[in-house]
Amino acid sequence: MFQEKLTKTAFLTALCITGLLALSGTKHAHADDVPVIEITAKRFSFSPDKITLKKGQTVILRLHSEDVTHGFFLRPLHLDEEIPAGHTTDVTVTPQTTGTFMTICDHFCGANHGNMNMTIVVE
Amino acid sequence: MKQHDRRSFLKIAGSSLGVGVLYSAYPAALAGGQAGNMFASLGHASGEQVAPFSFVQLSDAHVGFNGPPDPLGTRAFERAVDMINGLSQRPDLVLFTGDLTHDTEDKDTHAARMKQFQEISKKINVPLIKHVPGEHDAGLDGGALYREFFGESHYSFDHRGVHFVALDNVSRAKPEIGADQLAWLKKDLARFSKSAPIVIFTHRPLFDLRPDWEWFTSDGDEVMNALTAYDNVTVLYGHIHRDDEHETGKIHHYAARSLIFAFPDPVGVQGPRKPLPFDKDHPFKNLGIRTVSFNGRSQPASSSLSVEDIELTAREFRGINGVQQLLRNPNV
Repeated sequence: MFQEKLTKTAFLTALCITGLLALSGTKHAHADDVPVIEITAKRFSFSPDKITLKKGQTVILRLHSEDVTHGFFLRPLHLDEEIPAGHTTDVTVTPQTTGTFMTICDHFCGANHGNMNMTIVVE
Repeated sequence: MKQHDRRSFLKIAGSSLGVGVLYSAYPAALAGGQAGNMFASLGHASGEQVAPFSFVQLSDAHVGFNGPPDPLGTRAFERAVDMINGLSQRPDLVLFTGDLTHDTEDKDTHAARMKQFQEISKKINVPLIKHVPGEHDAGLDGGALYREFFGESHYSFDHRGVHFVALDNVSRAKPEIGADQLAWLKKDLARFSKSAPIVIFTHRPLFDLRPDWEWFTSDGDEVMNALTAYDNVTVLYGHIHRDDEHETGKIHHYAARSLIFAFPDPVGVQGPRKPLPFDKDHPFKNLGIRTVSFNGRSQPASSSLSVEDIELTAREFRGINGVQQLLRNPNV
């Protein structure tokens, strides 16, 4: 009886987590067969400065910074990451909305921080 | 002063000066039939008697910035100082809502800019000047240098019955208040009654004005939830280099113009933000100061707080006396 209750609780918990991830469209775990797109942040630009994703297709954005800590923020895709200098941050995203979106650095990085952005197109 | 809504006053100003350089808005922030109770309860809470007064909001001087699109340096800031000193009603205080200076990697240079800011601002003929940092003041070092010059980056004080709260949404490098400051805010507000007049001043908008231009505060909703219990809250902020009015529930939000260059109206603009081009024939166009008057009276179904934005070009066309004449008599 107790075991059955525990199993049911674990199942419901897993269901909730899966649901939350599906709602957000982003997560940090990834599988080997998921395409990886590398993005480099460096004052005051991202490289590449434009990428194209497909709606419903999961990709890994592999973010790293060449100098200081940067941010990677895009509200429509629920992206809000820190990119510490010298570290790599993987973000798994499955975009559910088509459009052309501007992603910005939202971790203040210097005088021209306000112009640090890149474009993500979801087709 | 006769009260007009913003649209009608804009029309009056436009016909007087040829440009829309002066307008006035009268929010209902402090209106209500329970105003008498409100003042009494606030006076009890703060230990101060409610009384009429005015204050000025300045924002985004970016001392040290000399690049395009604006070659003015500190001239607009200095003009604003002159304008304040020429006001017919001497303000009680000046609130500066961030980006006092422009950032630089070199600490000594940044310190020199903060000192230059203080040199200019101390010429303002007011008893009290209060500040909050912008990301260009505090984003690179967590606000360490800012605090050396200007003290704590979040705090509160009472003045003639109004409770002022300075919020810092820049020192954590990201656009956020943070859990500690939020807890402090809730504790700070706890002693006030529902009807207390509260003025929040901060740098970034607390709501999602334009997130892809970084015109937001990520935990701004939590701040506004903490303010929901209060009926008379006004938020003054800067950062967006243009005037803007917005309401979230009962809370009124006002953005101030900058003292360096202006950004366009974000509505309908796609892609990155770009400053408005510099107009060498009207170098102070779109830059300005804001005056706020609190009449301190119980006026059911009327307003006790009036907000006026004055473009720096006003003096250019008519002289400061002309501006004062307009301020005294908007029907000119």
